[in-house]
Parts: sequence; C-alpha cells; structure tokens
Amino acid sequence: MNSAFILFGIIVLITLAITYWASRRTRTTSEFYAAGRSLTGWQNGLAISGDYMSAASFLGISGMIALSGYDGFMYSVGWLVAYLTVLLIVAEPLRNSGKYTMADVVSFRFSPAPVRSMAALSTLVISTFYMIAQMVGAGGLIHLLLGLDYTMAILIIGVLMVLYVVFGGMLATTWVQIVKAVLLMGGTIVISFLVLMNFHFSVGEMFQAVVDKYGPSYLEPGLRFKNPIDQISLGLALVLGTAGLPHILIRFYTVPTAKEARKSVVWATVIIGAFYLMTTFLGFGAAALVGKNEILKLDKGGNMAAPLLAQHLGGDFLMAFIAAVAFATILAVVAGLTIAASSAFAHDFYSNVIRRGQATESEQVRVARYTSLVVGVAAIALGILARNWNVAYMVALAFAVAASANVPVLIFSLFWKRFNTAGAVTGMAVGLISSLVLVFISPAVMDAKSAIFPLQNPGVVSIPLGFLAAWLGTYVQPAEKDSHRRFAELFVRSQTGIGAE
Amino acid sequence: MVDPKMRSVEKRVEVSYSWEEVASSPAFRRLIEGKKRFLVPAVVFFLLYYFLLPSFAGWAKSLMAVKVSGAINFGYVFALSQFVMVWGLAWLYVRKANHFDRMAEEVAQEVKGGGE
Repeated sequence: MNSAFILFGIIVLITLAITYWASRRTRTTSEFYAAGRSLTGWQNGLAISGDYMSAASFLGISGMIALSGYDGFMYSVGWLVAYLTVLLIVAEPLRNSGKYTMADVVSFRFSPAPVRSMAALSTLVISTFYMIAQMVGAGGLIHLLLGLDYTMAILIIGVLMVLYVVFGGMLATTWVQIVKAVLLMGGTIVISFLVLMNFHFSVGEMFQAVVDKYGPSYLEPGLRFKNPIDQISLGLALVLGTAGLPHILIRFYTVPTAKEARKSVVWATVIIGAFYLMTTFLGFGAAALVGKNEILKLDKGGNMAAPLLAQHLGGDFLMAFIAAVAFATILAVVAGLTIAASSAFAHDFYSNVIRRGQATESEQVRVARYTSLVVGVAAIALGILARNWNVAYMVALAFAVAASANVPVLIFSLFWKRFNTAGAVTGMAVGLISSLVLVFISPAVMDAKSAIFPLQNPGVVSIPLGFLAAWLGTYVQPAEKDSHRRFAELFVRSQTGIGAE
Repeated sequence: MVDPKMRSVEKRVEVSYSWEEVASSPAFRRLIEGKKRFLVPAVVFFLLYYFLLPSFAGWAKSLMAVKVSGAINFGYVFALSQFVMVWGLAWLYVRKANHFDRMAEEVAQEVKGGGE
C-alpha cells in the first residue's frame, strides 16, 4: 500500500506544480475561462479526451463490461459515436460565434437575460449530476486503495479541484487533463497488453475464456438491458448528449479558430476510440481473470473491476499505478466540470444578467473564482450523500439532461431563422424539467416495482419533448424585431468565422 | 495567441455592411449548399447506422448471436464496425472541411471587397 501513497502523492505534486505555473498566467477572463485561446488542436484534442474519459468511462465501463458483457460495451460505442454529432454539427459554429459558454451562442439572437439565466441553470444542473458521479467513483476508489474514509477521500478530491480551478483557471485545468489523458492511455495500454499476453495475444482465446466461464450470453446483448426501448433511449442520450455537455463545449473556446476546433475533435475521436476499444480488454479481462464474484465483493456497481484486474496482472504496484491514474482522471474531470459550472454562473448569470455586462475584467475573474469555491463545496457535500451507484450509469443520466435541455436549443439557435427568445427559454426549461422528473420517477431512483416511468433513461421521451417545446414556444411569441438581421449575422459568422474572436 | 489571420478578419467586420446581404450573397449560398449536401446525408447516415446497434440488440438477438469466428459473434463485429464508421466519417469530413474553409475564405474576401 505504500507504493499507492507515493504514486498518489506524485500525481498531486505534478498537478499542483501545473497549477502554480498556470496561476501566474491567469489574470484576464479570456485566460481564466479559455486559457487565452492559446491551445493547438492537438493539445485541445488530448484535453477533450482527458475531460471525457471520466471515472465513468474508465471505472464504470470496465465494470459494466465485466459484469454485463456486451451491454457494457454498448456504452463505449454510444459514447464514441457521440463525437460525430459534436464534429459535424456543433464544434465549429460554436467556436466561430461564441466567446466562453454555450449561452454566448444561444443568447446571441435573443433577449439575453432570460436565455442566459436558463442556460446557466441547465449548465449547473448537468455539471452537478456529472460531478456527483465522479465524486462517488473517487470516494470508493481511494477508500479501497488507501483505506481512507470515504468522506475523507471526497474532501481531498474536492479541495484539490478547487485549488486547480481557483488558482490555475482553464490553463491549469487543461494541462491536468492532458497529463491525465496520457497517463490513462498508457495505463490502459499496459493492462490490455498484459491481458492479451495471458491469452497468447489472441482476442478469440480471450472471448472463449469468457464464454467458458459465463456462457455465450456474455458476448450477446440482453444481460443488462431487457427492454429495447430503454436501449434506444440510452443511445439517443449518449449520441446527442455530448453535444450539450457544458464542460465539453467550453473546450472549443480554448483554441483560436474553428479549424483548430475541428482538429481537436478529430484527435479526440481517435484517442477516445482507441481507448474505448481497449475497454473490451479491461472488462472481459477482469471477467475472465478476476471473476465476477471478486469484483462484486468490493463494489456492487462493479467500479473496481479495472483496479482489481491491474492487481491480478501486475501486483500491488500496478494496482497502485492504475488507482493513481483513476484518481488523476477524476481530478481532471471534476476540474473541467467546476470551470464549466463557474463560467456559467460568473459569465452568464453574474456578468451578463446581474451586472448587465458592466463588470470589470478583474471583478469577473474574482466572481468566477468565488463561484468555483462554492461549486467545490457543493460537490463535496453531494458526493458524500450519494454512494453505491454505478458511475457510468449516473453519467448517462447527465447526458440525457444535456441532450434534452441544451441540444435542441443549441441546434435551433444555429440553424432556424424563426427561433426566438420564448422558444429558447421554453425549450431549455421543458427539456431540463422533463428529463429530471422522468429520472426521479423511473426505476433508476424509485424501486423497480413502484416506478411510474418504466425506462431507465428518460432520453427517448425528454429529448423529443425538448425539441417540441422549443418549437412550440417559438410560436407563442411573434417574430422578434430585428430577428432576421440577427439570425443572418449569427448564421454568417458561425458558418464562416468572420468576426470570430 | 490569436492567429494573425484572424485579426485581419476581425478588422474587416468593422467595415459597415449588411449581414443579410452577406447571407444572400452567391459565395455564402454556395458554401451553405456545399455544407448541406455533405452534412445532411452524413448526419442521417451515422444516426441510422448507430441506431441499428440498439435496435438489433433489442429486437434481433439471434442475429447478434450468430458466430463469426470462434466465440466472436456478429453482434461484436457489428459493434466494432461502428468504430470504423466513426473514424471513416471523421476522416471524410476533414477532407471536405478543408474545401469548406476555402469557400468561407471567399465569402470573407467578398465581404471585404463589398465594404470598401
């Protein structure tokens, strides 16, 4: 266990050094929210990967594949395909027409106060959901590896993430994400290699071992998802949700041009795809070599499959390394979420709604820093309250909320001329409320028998509702004065990059 | 660090002209038409292809269970083909997008010419 402490310590020191370095370069709002738009496509691609491959991907998916075979792997596929939505529809227009947050684009044509307030609210809700999942993963992991109390573990993560964001802003957060992406890919490659070595470098032999142990159903769909509609619903949330995730969207503002934004998504697609391919080795490797019972013994959600596999393959040292990587993963992702949540509050709500754009640079940065502190404290408290859930599953719910509340309004703002303030506000409100309510009355929260809404994931109902509400809301209000001119401006700018900052 | 090219684009915007004029200019319309011709089919295709996966998984379990080689079944091969589809489409888009970048540059040139 000593090696675990040392590796955790090294990671903490590296990230704090990055934060110290970044803190000396972070004074203006553009530096705080967008790392001064100084990143290249390749760097940002790595950072997006680091931001995206969360505890849910690493711990959650490997666990889900280990416990439910094929159905777990379907998460990997959905999460990767999502990048096509980002690449083809939102990344470039967003970079071309926004400054710091999604709301910059959504409020461009409309009356800013209600639209920005609503967008800030949905960003806060989505980030919170996502963050709780990461905190739960972190708590379980550190508890398991260092024997630290769950609450203590959450406190450590919370304090570190607040330090990164408050002092280092987007630059520190980005570099923490890059370091983590490299560590995670490295660790995953090592484990995959060792798993394959166990099966004489034959994937077929690995699959055969799994079938011998658990039967052919393990490589077929249906172990986890019994209801096809539920699967479609989850798929819809995964594929559209990424394009509405605030912490992914803000990453496009850290590059100088739309072309770099595109490059960064393409790099992210390559890296994330390679990672998700290897989740097969992590998951099936854990199922074949460690065994379901051993995994379940430690954690009902299956989240400890990857660390246990590492221990089986490389002893305590490899387990400590993988755990340290998972810890870095969680730090990087929560820092990204914190910055998304604090830009939503400080930039959208405080600067543009309360202060009506009159706040000075230093005042804005100060408020953004205070907000990060508050977000951190809230994340710690909520992380302590939520336990024993599979983290991949909780993150999938955050995707459903993002896909229902943000995506319809984002797409309509960019492409639909008639769209207006009322449509944007009702779209976000209905998408947000319907997805949340459906989650709360679903078997995900209530017990399976008394659940009012039958599906695990609300996407198939709440996403169309989000679109429908945005569309209907638009016709409640007459076309806005100037709306044609403002649409023409947004459309030309988003499609050509003319006038992009 | 803002690209020096972007800076010059920024200046052009300060020249007064009507956004609606740009939006209806032939160069801009060509750009949008070109993008639409590629993006609409691409988006429809990847969504349909992706949703075949949960649909087969839900309603065609026996198809998914068909053995392809040893323990590896069709379901697994189909899931892997999604990775190939994503990378292929991303690659295709990047090739197209370079072309769109040039068309966008033409629009910017026209805006500059029209404003002065």
